[in-house]
Amino acid sequence: MIPELGHFALVLALVVALLQGTLPLVGAQRGDRRLMAFGDVAALTQALLVASAFAALTQAFVTSDFSVANVVANSHSAKPLLYKISGVWGNHEGSMLLWALILALFGAAVALFGANLPESLRARVIAVQALIGVGFLAFLLLTSNPFERLAPAPPDGNGLNPLLQDPGLAFHPPLLYLGYVGFSVTYAFAIAALLEGRVDPAWARWVRPWALAAWCFLTLGIALGSWWAYYILGWGGFWFWDPVENASLMPWLAGTALLHSAIVVEKRDSLKSWTVLLAILAFSLSLLGTFLVRSGVLTSVHAFAQDPARGLYILGFLLAVTGGGLALYAWRAPSLAPGGLFQPISREGALILNNLLLCTLAATVLLGTLYPLFLDLLTGNKVSVGPPFFNATFVPLCAPLFAALCVGPYLGWKRAELGPALRQLRLAFAVSVIAAIVAGVAIDSRSTLAAIAFGFGVWLIVGSLAEFAGRIRLGRGPVGDSLRRLRGLPRATIGMTVSHAALGVVVLGAVATAAWHLEAMQTLKPGEAMRIGAYEATLSGVENVQGPNYLAERATLVVTRDGQPFTVLHPERRLFTVQRRQIAETAIQTNLLRDLYATLGEGDRAAGWVVRLYLNPLAPWIWLGAALCALGGFISLSDRRLRVGAPTRKRTLQAAE
Amino acid sequence: MNGRRLLFLLPLLTLALMAGFFAWSLMAGRDPSAIGSALVGKPAPKLELPALREGDKPLGDALLRSGQPTIVNFFASWCTPCLAEHPLFMRLKERDGATVIGVAWKNKPEEARAWLARLGDPYRFAGADLQGRAGLDWGLSGVPETYLVDGSGIVRHHFRGPITEKDVTATILPFLKGGLGGGLGGGKP
Repeated sequence: MIPELGHFALVLALVVALLQGTLPLVGAQRGDRRLMAFGDVAALTQALLVASAFAALTQAFVTSDFSVANVVANSHSAKPLLYKISGVWGNHEGSMLLWALILALFGAAVALFGANLPESLRARVIAVQALIGVGFLAFLLLTSNPFERLAPAPPDGNGLNPLLQDPGLAFHPPLLYLGYVGFSVTYAFAIAALLEGRVDPAWARWVRPWALAAWCFLTLGIALGSWWAYYILGWGGFWFWDPVENASLMPWLAGTALLHSAIVVEKRDSLKSWTVLLAILAFSLSLLGTFLVRSGVLTSVHAFAQDPARGLYILGFLLAVTGGGLALYAWRAPSLAPGGLFQPISREGALILNNLLLCTLAATVLLGTLYPLFLDLLTGNKVSVGPPFFNATFVPLCAPLFAALCVGPYLGWKRAELGPALRQLRLAFAVSVIAAIVAGVAIDSRSTLAAIAFGFGVWLIVGSLAEFAGRIRLGRGPVGDSLRRLRGLPRATIGMTVSHAALGVVVLGAVATAAWHLEAMQTLKPGEAMRIGAYEATLSGVENVQGPNYLAERATLVVTRDGQPFTVLHPERRLFTVQRRQIAETAIQTNLLRDLYATLGEGDRAAGWVVRLYLNPLAPWIWLGAALCALGGFISLSDRRLRVGAPTRKRTLQAAE
Repeated sequence: MNGRRLLFLLPLLTLALMAGFFAWSLMAGRDPSAIGSALVGKPAPKLELPALREGDKPLGDALLRSGQPTIVNFFASWCTPCLAEHPLFMRLKERDGATVIGVAWKNKPEEARAWLARLGDPYRFAGADLQGRAGLDWGLSGVPETYLVDGSGIVRHHFRGPITEKDVTATILPFLKGGLGGGLGGGKP
């Protein structure tokens, strides 16, 4: 009964979304306030309906209702509760329902917190948001009904993909989707602005919180995914340039560009059509990622049921959203009034450079991801584009981006001079050069490039902090004076410094892990030992362990450092009995400066077990840095200026969105 | 239409181009996980390797041009999928009398020998490719990989990953009986 109610709620939500997607548009065109106001009610209703459907599916998973086909395919009664819940979105149908839910919630959020928007703009934003929702709801109902029944109901389910039975991955999709779908709001704002024919600083001020929120969630989602890949795939790496990883990186790059260009619109009323284009592209790239993962056009480690019919639907939808948006853009954007003029050397100029580089990066990733597809279709040649391509293209492009990143904040609007800015960065530059030399000579001389990249990481941190210290005149006067200045500083500025410096932390972690890690592999019998760096690991034994829904071999590795007892690691190999799949469970000992990482491979008592050890310097910094980066975004979100003109409590809530 | 307007149309045109490719890809029913092989239809690369088993003669190219179809299988004792396909090779040797040449790729000879002693040895000839040089010549992307080479030394089929029961009945047995078995398709993913 409850699944049917969920299904029914979904059908109702589609009807409401259709109305929400049309009536307010008509209202905005005619200036009919009643039709415009209908959008608010409809957005809330739609969110309520989709939430009910989502709750119904969750209920089916939690109670293991095996008369629902989706539960049979993706759940099992012996599964821990957390994975019964995460199983709701650990499959194609459920994850699309989560998309639709977040989409509807964002629509409702615009209705709830958008009181300061002009009526017609709000009506149009809500309507565009609903039209995107129509696409997803119809997709669910037509091709991917999550509530389909199965008769007769089997006694138990097939279980969830064991790779997904992990706390990191339980929250990875919701965060990622909050990011992807968050860009639907900026897309809706862009379309609404094109319909209105007006982009002004006020528009940018309304768009920026949404872009910022989406960007923060996407950052966290990507970081969580990368962390998961690091500890579950057991390869010691943290980024594999897999098509699905790339699919999440592209909207992130476009979204980062959007964040920066929206500042120019807000402050200088310039770069308008470019910002609108970025808003369209950020969401289009989110959809493109979904298309690539679900359609089976590219292969990847991400297991989604692939179905050409769904592929065609998503392609059609992608064309409607992106094509519709870009066509409207081609038609209306040329008539947007150009804004303030500026010199190449200025804050605007620096932000344009940032945008050019970020978009080139996004284009590089897009090309690398799709190249195998293009080549296969045109020539029949099968190639795979992997890390060598991206290391050769993506990484060098980061150098000018990072170099300019610290200079930009020193430049004034409209017209600035490079000399004074560079002079203030002399110390940061010297520190970075010294860091690079120390890294290249003292830490590890294997790679000069890595040492230079390490210097860039230090540059980002020191350069950003130096600029911040300059702002509060730290060390140039009494400390009390600096503290007073600090209190007076807008949160957005603090957020910027945190995020920029955090990027440096990510760079340091990534460079150190990729270039300076140690790796050792050996077949060990109980009692035998292997060395890595200053550590020696002795396999004291391997025992069989019974988990809730798996059997595991658990090794006990006694680690000593310079002869002194150090730690005990327990890497496992889990055999998930229902799916008959083996998953390695790595054991990681971290002191935040390096990870000691162990995985257990094939083996038996007679021949011994294959044990792999990695020593990954600064590895935790990658994810700590990413989390800090997102934190900077959230700090910036709490800035009062983003809530200008409506100093009520409601705005505070919007900031927390 | 002036140049400026054309510039604003550019994103839309790019999208149309990409969408064309996507639609083509979906319609053509291509298998994205197929890697293909450059070797199929061409003479087999060099196979001159020291013997894996003590007392055997080293491997030479002549083995591949004996007039009899041969199966070349790259394996390693550290590779789990090799374990999975191992019984099929045992059966090919014992029931079907196939000539299987085994190459222990990036595998210490003593470890590979112990592995074979434990599980059974399906190889008529076995070589050791400790450095992975032969693997390079043969375009190996990992182990296990298996090549079907006809009597005149032409590679007829290339399997990446472990062979399966289906591969044996659909491709390998017809190939051994003289047919090309499954055509020149380049092998399953």
